[in-house]
Amino acid sequence: MTALLEFKHVSKQYGSETRALTDVSFSVRSGEFVSIIGPSGAGKSTLLRCINRMIDASSGEICIEGKNVLEFRKKELKRMRTSIGMIFQHYNLVDRLSVMENVLHGRLGYKSTLAGMLGLYREEEKQQAYQILGILGLEEQVYKRCDQLSGGQKQRVGIARALIQGPKMLLCDEPIASLDPNASKVIMDHLRHISTNLGITVIVNLHQVETALKYSDRIIGVNQGKIVYNGTPGQMTSEELQRIYGSERRDTRADQGETQAG
Amino acid sequence: MSTEAVDKMIAAELHLRPDRRLPGIPLKKPFSKTALTIRLTLIGLSLLTVLAFVSFDYKGIQVFQGIYATLLNLKTMFLQPRLHHFTFDAALFEVLITLGLAFLATLFGAVIALFLGLFSARNLSSPIASAVIKGLVAFIRAVPTVMWVLIFAVAAGLGSVAAVIGMTFHSVGYLIKAYSEAFEEMDKGTIEALKSSGANWWQIVFQAVIPSSLSYLMSWTLLRFEINFSVAVAMGAAAGAGGIGYDMFMASGFYFDLQEIGAITYFILGFAILLEIAANRAKRKLMQGK
Amino acid sequence: MLIKARRKQVDYFTAKRRHAYLFWGLLLLVTYAAAVLTQYDFVQGLSSIPGALVWGVTHFYPNAESLAKFPDVLRTLVETLLMSIAATTVASVFALVFALLGSQTIGVHAGIKLASRSIATVFRNIDVTAWSMILLFSFGQNVMTGYFALFFGSFGFLTRAFLESIDETGSHSAEALRATGAGYISVICQSVIPAALPQLISWILFMIETNIRNATLIGILTGTGVGFLFNLYYKNLDYNAASLIVFVIVISILVIEFTSNYIRKVMIG
Repeated sequence: MTALLEFKHVSKQYGSETRALTDVSFSVRSGEFVSIIGPSGAGKSTLLRCINRMIDASSGEICIEGKNVLEFRKKELKRMRTSIGMIFQHYNLVDRLSVMENVLHGRLGYKSTLAGMLGLYREEEKQQAYQILGILGLEEQVYKRCDQLSGGQKQRVGIARALIQGPKMLLCDEPIASLDPNASKVIMDHLRHISTNLGITVIVNLHQVETALKYSDRIIGVNQGKIVYNGTPGQMTSEELQRIYGSERRDTRADQGETQAG
Repeated sequence: MSTEAVDKMIAAELHLRPDRRLPGIPLKKPFSKTALTIRLTLIGLSLLTVLAFVSFDYKGIQVFQGIYATLLNLKTMFLQPRLHHFTFDAALFEVLITLGLAFLATLFGAVIALFLGLFSARNLSSPIASAVIKGLVAFIRAVPTVMWVLIFAVAAGLGSVAAVIGMTFHSVGYLIKAYSEAFEEMDKGTIEALKSSGANWWQIVFQAVIPSSLSYLMSWTLLRFEINFSVAVAMGAAAGAGGIGYDMFMASGFYFDLQEIGAITYFILGFAILLEIAANRAKRKLMQGK
Repeated sequence: MLIKARRKQVDYFTAKRRHAYLFWGLLLLVTYAAAVLTQYDFVQGLSSIPGALVWGVTHFYPNAESLAKFPDVLRTLVETLLMSIAATTVASVFALVFALLGSQTIGVHAGIKLASRSIATVFRNIDVTAWSMILLFSFGQNVMTGYFALFFGSFGFLTRAFLESIDETGSHSAEALRATGAGYISVICQSVIPAALPQLISWILFMIETNIRNATLIGILTGTGVGFLFNLYYKNLDYNAASLIVFVIVISILVIEFTSNYIRKVMIG
């Protein structure tokens, strides 16, 4: 299978001092479930946002289906973003709107400015939103306002909003960091399901090592802006983990991972 | 101006919250910048006040007699209010005109301020556009409303057009500040989320930013409507804008009719209170979510 | 089930749309009514803005001739500024007394509390416009008319503002000091007022800013101060001189705003 996403010697520099990413290279196949792990501040979040250019990399090449996104003009950038869904730690929904409206926001990238401004959605789009919410177990909440939902439910709305984009790839930035173990499991199961059954590539930033080991096809370990591990969960050893997290952090992370993964 | 309206306005203008960290007895420090500033401010204000009273041109006015006369006048006004030069219905109609002036100025102000507020909000706009608009707002607010009205009256003639446009100017200045602060409170993450899905700026504004801040926008607008009502009374009196303010000006300046002034004051007071009640009810409804 | 869901969905979006139509329809209707009532002409309103801008740029600026009037303008401006400040400071002294008497936590007698609160409410609900009309009877065209109009307006406003500040900040410290057995007056002077002072000053500064804006209006209504001078030049079509007044007022309001923001920052920080 060809690579859907490819990083070639990507670096990101903030100002003149801080280097968030240093010479990062890796590739992701279509349909793969990849977890990015590493201590906080290692550059996981920057790495993820470089993919859909929410942050612009300073140098190197980031190719999606062979095309370098760093060279994209406005129109191509928009088209690329519509084909990539993104999920956030704090869900980032519009709390005062209904679940339905939040999900339909995922269609804005496909609409004219005016239709999007006025929130004019086609009947098929509404049906599709309804179906996706059904799959995610939110039929009961469709017309509730988002501020009435639990964290786990909000995250599922976030997933629905990403799915209705019809994405090739989902980028998930710490999707379960604010959730309890049960809700975390539900979310991770859904993400795994999306990857396996819908063939959508999923890239997840995670704090919890155990969760990453359990769900991923592949794990990328990041420390201080560099990739220090890139392999299957099966190949992961405690020495490798020590290299990723530094010796002192290993124990606490693993414990936390265990409880959170449930 | 209504009680609650004033409180909110002050709170917004001052950005001042009571200091709850130090509920105890303030310690007397021998020297601190804060204490010095307070002392200097108080001394400065006292000196200016003394200077004011020394420099006033009293023109032989008997201040205490004047106060006594005022009290007698107040008694006549409020205990024997009567309309002489027009009927009750006519007065009601005039108040409606004043209300109409306030409404139009608020509406136009809100529409213009909505767009300029978006360009002035730091999280939605460029730093340059934001700075330019904020400078403009400071200037607009520094010119008293009555001057805006009179300046526009030269081009449009004295009347409702000049009054509405002039009042709109001040409303725009006031609402841009309020709106842009409401927009700036918008969650950064939500904007990022929609941007990452390919939505453009206008779509994000109308689908996320405005729905999120709608109840703030509405309560600021209603508050400005209440303020504009009393401004409209003043413009009727000072800038020939018509409405109940003009009748008050006539009663005072031409007919010297205390009883009529009393009656008109009651009218204005009654409407201001009604307006406040209605606005509060609308706000409460909005806060609960429709 | 899907049909049921579909119906519900249709209902949700139509209801939302109906709400929106109703709101905009009502707004349009009220706007139309207001325009008819006030005889507001939309076309004229819109066209007057560019007209006014062009006129402003070509006519509304101080020229050499009007600069000769600068001493006059400056004198009345100073008078108006001093009047605003004096009205505010004296009103704040009265307001402090009434606020202490009316305070829920410091006040002594329920009857007095109610009385002082009611007086403040009456004063603040009468606009400065009304005050200047009323006072014009007793004082005529004199600086005292403007002074008292601002004074009464500020008094009602500040009493209310002070009441809240004192209730919020003063009560704890008063309790602490009272526990040591201090007398009533010393509790107030040693703890309540110092604790609330930064806020009280902040209110006073705010009131001064507001009063300077209002003073212009009152000046036009009562024929005093810089407002009167503006009106005079304006009615004599001497727009260069009138613009000079707008200019100096803008400068002084911006300066005072800047100063009071600075004082606030130092007091809080």
